Amino acid sequence: MTYSQAVLNGDRLALARLLTQVENNAPDGRTALIELFPHTGKAHLIGVTGAPGTGKSSLVNQLALYYRKVENKRVAIVAVDPSSPFTGGAVLGDRVRMRDLSGDPNVFIRSMATRGSLGGLAQSTANMVQVFDAAGFDVIIIETVGAGQSEVDVARLAHTTLVVEAPGLGDDIQAIKAGILEIADVLVINKADRPGVENTEKALKSMLELAHPTARVFQHHGSTMRTAAPENDSSTTLMWIPPIQKTVSIESKGIVELAESIGRHVDHLRQSGDWAVRERARLEVELEALVREALMNRFHEDVPQEKYESVLEKMVQRNVSPGEAVKILLNGR
Amino acid sequence: MSDKKIRVLVAKPGLDGHDRGAKVVARALRDAGMEVIYTGLRQTPEMIAEAALQEDVDVVGLSILSGAHMALTPRVMELLKANGQTHVKVFIGGIIPDEDLLQLKEMGVAGVFGPGASTEDIIRDVQTAVAG
Repeated sequence: MTYSQAVLNGDRLALARLLTQVENNAPDGRTALIELFPHTGKAHLIGVTGAPGTGKSSLVNQLALYYRKVENKRVAIVAVDPSSPFTGGAVLGDRVRMRDLSGDPNVFIRSMATRGSLGGLAQSTANMVQVFDAAGFDVIIIETVGAGQSEVDVARLAHTTLVVEAPGLGDDIQAIKAGILEIADVLVINKADRPGVENTEKALKSMLELAHPTARVFQHHGSTMRTAAPENDSSTTLMWIPPIQKTVSIESKGIVELAESIGRHVDHLRQSGDWAVRERARLEVELEALVREALMNRFHEDVPQEKYESVLEKMVQRNVSPGEAVKILLNGR
Repeated sequence: MSDKKIRVLVAKPGLDGHDRGAKVVARALRDAGMEVIYTGLRQTPEMIAEAALQEDVDVVGLSILSGAHMALTPRVMELLKANGQTHVKVFIGGIIPDEDLLQLKEMGVAGVFGPGASTEDIIRDVQTAVAG
C-alpha cells in the first residue's frame, strides 16, 4: 500500500513516516503530497505565535484539550523550534508542556526544526500541515518558534492567527511597531495572573483603537470628547477587530473564552468571504515557492557550474557588479 | 533536495526527578547535528512509545536513575515493537549495575552509558547504530 492510501486509512505509523518523508523533501513525500492534495482543504488551521516564554506550548496544550473534550474534534499539532545555525541540530522541547494530551489517539503532535528558515516556520511546515489535513484532522494548530517582531509566515498559512503576549514584555512603543501584532486575529495575554497585566492590556487596546477607529467617548485634559465611527461602507461593517483574551494556561483560565473568540473568527471568515480569500492567498504563496524552487533547479541545470564560478570570480575581482552578473548568467552573454 | 537528519527522543521514564544528565546528552546530540525531542520528566512507557511513533524517531534514549531499568526498558521495547517501530535503536543512560548489562543487550538495547561516559562516545555510538 502506498503512503497516501495508508494515511487516508488512518494508519498512524504511516502518517508519522510520511511526515518525515515530506519534511526531508524525499521523492516518496512529494508523490504522496500530489496524491493527498484532493483530500485537503477541510481543516481549520490555527497559528500560534509570540515571543519565547510567553507560554505558547502550554496554551496549545489547553486549546487542544478543549477541542478534544468539548468539541470532540481530532487535533493535530505542529510545533516548530529553531535549528542551530552552526550545527544544524536542534532540541525540540514543546512536547514537555503537552503531556496532558498523551494517550489520546485523536491527537497527533509532531515537533519540527526550522532547518535554516527564518520566518518562524520551517520550509516544509505547510506541506506537513497538508498531510494532517488529508489525514482527517479537524483542527491543526501550528506553533511557531519563539518569534520576535517579524516572524510572520504563520499568518499566510493559518486561517486564524493567535499572537500570544505576556505581561512585562514591552511598552506601548512595542505595540505600535509594525510586524507581529499586525497579523493577530486574536490577541492573547497569557500569564494574566502576573503583575503588569493592566499595562499590557492597555497598550494592546490603544494599538487596536489606532488601527480600528470606532465611536467612543473619552476624557482628554478633563473634558469629555467624542469621536464618531468612520462612515460605514460595506467593508467596515464586516471588519474583524482582534479581540484581546486573557488566559492563565497552567490553571486552564480563559481557555473557553479564547476558543469562543476563535469560533467567532471562523464565522466571520465564512460570512465575509475571507476564508476563500485566505485559502487562495495561501495556495498562491505555495505555488510561488514551488515555482521559485523549480526555476532555481532549472537554472542550475542550464548554467554550467564553471560558468557560474567564473562569473562569481569576476564579481569578487570587482570586474562585474552583482546586477550585471545576473544578466550574464540568465542571458548567456 | 532530500535532507535527512537523525531524530532522537530523549525520555525520562519512571519517577526519579533528576534530568541534568538527560539534558546534557540532548545538548551534545544537538551539537552533533541531530534533532532531539525532549519529553520532560516522569513519562510512562506508553507516553514514550507514543511520542517515538508520532515523531518518527530513529533512536530512543532512556535516562533512568531510579533502579527501575529492568522493569521500564522491556516495557518500552515491547510497545515500540507493537507499534511497528522495530527499527528504532534504544539506548539507556543512568545508574545501571554491570550484572544487568548482558540481559539488557539480550533485550535488544543498542547501548548503555553510565556515569562518566563521554558525550563523544555517545554521539559516535548513536551515529553508528543508525547507520548500521
